[in-house]
Amino acid sequence: MTELSNPVPQGKSTSQMQDVWGQFRKHKGAMLGAGFLAFITLAVLFGPYVWTLDPQRIDYRARDLRPIYMALFDASAKVSWAHPFGTDQLGRDGVSNMLAGGRASMAVGWAAMLLTMLIGTSIGVIAGFFRRLDGPLMRLTDLFLSLPILPLLLVAVTLFRQPLSSNFGPEGGMFILIVGIIGITSWMPTARIVRGDVLALKEREFVLAARSIGTTNRNLITRHILPNVLSPILVSATLGLATAIITESALSFLGVGFPSDFPTWGKMLADAVPRMENFPERVLLPGLAISLTVLAVNYMGDGLRDALDPRIRGR
Amino acid sequence: MLTYTIRRLVLSVPTLLFISLAIFLLLELAPGDPMAQVPLTVPPEVKEKMREALGLGEPIPVRYYKWLVQFFWVEPQVLIDHLFDTKLAWHFAPVPADMSATLLNTLTEKGLIKETSAGLEMLVKDQRVISWQTRSPVMDIVVQRLPQTIWVVGTAYIVGILIALPIGIYSAYRQYSIFDQSGTFITMIGFSVPPFFTGPLLIVIFAVHLGWLPSVYDTIHVVTDWESFKFQFRQMILPVMVLALQTTAQISRYMRASMLDNLNQDYVRTARAKGLSEAVVVMVHVLRNSMIPVVTVIALGMPAIFGGAIITEVIFKVNGIGQLLITALFANDLPMVLTLTFIFAIMIVIFNLIADVLYGVLDPRIRYE
Repeated sequence: MTELSNPVPQGKSTSQMQDVWGQFRKHKGAMLGAGFLAFITLAVLFGPYVWTLDPQRIDYRARDLRPIYMALFDASAKVSWAHPFGTDQLGRDGVSNMLAGGRASMAVGWAAMLLTMLIGTSIGVIAGFFRRLDGPLMRLTDLFLSLPILPLLLVAVTLFRQPLSSNFGPEGGMFILIVGIIGITSWMPTARIVRGDVLALKEREFVLAARSIGTTNRNLITRHILPNVLSPILVSATLGLATAIITESALSFLGVGFPSDFPTWGKMLADAVPRMENFPERVLLPGLAISLTVLAVNYMGDGLRDALDPRIRGR
Repeated sequence: MLTYTIRRLVLSVPTLLFISLAIFLLLELAPGDPMAQVPLTVPPEVKEKMREALGLGEPIPVRYYKWLVQFFWVEPQVLIDHLFDTKLAWHFAPVPADMSATLLNTLTEKGLIKETSAGLEMLVKDQRVISWQTRSPVMDIVVQRLPQTIWVVGTAYIVGILIALPIGIYSAYRQYSIFDQSGTFITMIGFSVPPFFTGPLLIVIFAVHLGWLPSVYDTIHVVTDWESFKFQFRQMILPVMVLALQTTAQISRYMRASMLDNLNQDYVRTARAKGLSEAVVVMVHVLRNSMIPVVTVIALGMPAIFGGAIITEVIFKVNGIGQLLITALFANDLPMVLTLTFIFAIMIVIFNLIADVLYGVLDPRIRYE
């Protein structure tokens, strides 16, 4: 038997987070997706302070302007540098509308995703950790999984719009309603994944060790279980963000979303459809914004899944 | 297997009951008033009578029970009556005192009147679920609308599967090749681009700029000869493309993952070592094993595609059940909304059951006890 020439591994030791980041960086799509998501988020957060035109300002003389790139194809197109994305039939500026619409869509997406994760994780952890609650909670999950989501969303939004908007104002009420309903109807996959992981973790030695030194259930969950189920939660969070953005836009598209003077990407798209023969860009711009954001989030989720999977990482 | 299927069937009854109760209560708690459209000049006592005529006077449990009976007991009987020309969904009721003599005579001639100890009784139809919007039985409208949805959605699903399977198989066989990379990219796009964007986009490109295809689906079109078949084919292309893009994206991802799982198994090496041709190894040995999870995914996706078809139906103006749901919602037609949503729920439960049973049948390693 020969001695290993170098029994101690050389090179710098790396923490787990560094490994994950290293793997994530190798996934080109994921990096592009993360970059684009960061760009969109920053744009809708700070854009309105840079591009200060009011999205609701009606300038009837500058109505129906085409976006600036149309000048390349068609010299007679009505364009103006004051409105790079053009204006709509009331002369409202395209850029500021896109920014305001993105703000609403992203806010709904993030809030609904956080709510989904909160509900899904709590139910998953409780079901996995407390054996007595496992059966009932999983039956509940099955029941929710057999609910027809889109029809129910439509029903709930149409029926509860009135009382909520009278209590919280038209925009606030709609925001609470859409976020709440998306949260209530999409936590099930997360709960199932988290429960499965918790069930496996519960039998591990470190949990036994923690229990033997008298750790309470609450501390056991927050200190030992939750950090270990973080990676499936992160992956399903990206999926949840993508679904929430699409669902909100679909509701706005079907005409049951936010009130008419409150732009969101889905609403802008829906409003532009009747005149899309003459002004295709008004469908294209919000549609592209939704699609690219969702695509970016999905790619990020793909990369995150690879990066957080120790079997793939390091290969 | 049979025991398992029967047990699942029995278990699906409480599930469906719970779902119907949930939907019913949701509609019940909603503050919308079906009398909101009635003019203000109508006196309140008349309004109260109209409310009772719609069945709104009774307490919630009674109305839920009545709806259950109408949906699960009366409607199937009506269907049987329609198919076999029986009279199951009819019952005897006392003849109203003010009925005219001529009408009574006609009814007696038709054999619809019988004499009992309590007096004359006549045969009348059972109460069915009535739409508030059209005042006709809900199920009749659903049956009228269903073929359009099934036709478009079904074709789209089949087209999507037929495209997805070869893409998934070849992507997995040549993993990390250019075909695989571009296939993964395209499926990712299909995954991310919502139908309410692809729909208008395709309309702008193919209907407006190129003028090749119609943008509106003409549902009263009847296929009689080659010309009308060509028209039907052309008008189906756009909605089918929109729906099929999503199906393709999902199923080819599953197919690829499932093929990749199987391609590295030992039995594949054995098959190759035996000298089997590559085509036989991939298309017979690997494919058959990889199809097991994919078939269940296909079954599970059916109800989702019906739900997702709502948007496509609105875009292309197909008057299917999705569009029916939207119009009923805006018109505050609660019985219609309740019934349609519940039909979607039934579909989900049934296809879940089919998927689980198929999984057990196809995979001998899975044994349900």
